[in-house]
Amino acid sequence: MDRRHLRQQVTYVRKSLFDQGYLDDQFMQLEDLQDDANPNFVEEIVASFYSDSARLIQNIEQALVSRPVDFGKLDDCMHQFKGSSSSIGAKKVNMECSQFREYCCAGNIEGCIRTFQQIKQEHATLRKKLENFFQLARQAGQAETA
Amino acid sequence: MARNGVVSMHWRSEKIDGFDLSPPDDEQVHVLAVDDSLVDRKVIERLLKISCCKVTAVDSGIRALQFLGLDEEKSSSVGFDDLKVDLIITDYCMPGMTGYELLKKIKESSTFREIPVVIMSSENVMARIDRCLEEGAEDFIVKPVKLSDVKRLRDYMTAREFRVKNQQIGNNNNIKNNNKRRLSARRNIWNGIVFVDDLLGMFA
Repeated sequence: MDRRHLRQQVTYVRKSLFDQGYLDDQFMQLEDLQDDANPNFVEEIVASFYSDSARLIQNIEQALVSRPVDFGKLDDCMHQFKGSSSSIGAKKVNMECSQFREYCCAGNIEGCIRTFQQIKQEHATLRKKLENFFQLARQAGQAETA
Repeated sequence: MARNGVVSMHWRSEKIDGFDLSPPDDEQVHVLAVDDSLVDRKVIERLLKISCCKVTAVDSGIRALQFLGLDEEKSSSVGFDDLKVDLIITDYCMPGMTGYELLKKIKESSTFREIPVVIMSSENVMARIDRCLEEGAEDFIVKPVKLSDVKRLRDYMTAREFRVKNQQIGNNNNIKNNNKRRLSARRNIWNGIVFVDDLLGMFA
């Protein structure tokens, strides 16, 4: 695949991530923090997010099955997770988190459980899409120096 | 002159005639960033570094106090001279000690109360903002933090240092300034930006 084609693909993939609502402005903020001295900053932040969120997801899962349900704790756990996801611009994940918190405030455990499945799905989908995007970007970058 | 944790001034005193636009490394603004979230810590650290600040990032209020040497009973100036923290930026919601509690501890300390403290929070709650400003927070930033937030913070620090160098600080201005800050913060919140001090900079 030639360099120009690769670069076009990267641009296209990136644009569709925003157009389809997977990412928001905050992701662009992170991209602006990248430079020649820190060329992989966004990828590093995303990697930190995914490794950290595994722990947060586990906390939420535990809080969801404990009885009696501690909605305060559930909300605290989700607050942490939502904070991180908003910091990387994970738009769909973030929206589901807001929904979760609404159910939490209403004391609706079924709503929480249902929404949490959505969150995990969006979380996993975004991970694959970002991995694909970063890989493409790397290929395009390597093609440039060839 | 007693060291009282005021903004580090030593590079100013060397440059009487105005700003040095690019201070050497050891004369950078030193920010202590406090956030329990790993992702947020990394982001704020990068934001600050790219804005030419030196950063120490810690994951809790307790660690922040330890870093400042405030957690010990002994009146410590041990190592203080090397610290020169110019600004503290802290998350509000943290397990253990909240950002608000950390703010109170810092303002209660005769050594560190002059250091400006900025609070960050994902929740834009007026009562929370008011409470922090009343306790002496310099500013309140709504998360996620953007580069523009940090750049304005940086500009504020530069202007503040200049003001402190060139005038006496009057304690009788504190109440007036607190009110101005609160009013300014409210106005800015309605305008969609939470950042205080544009007004203050005019009242030199």
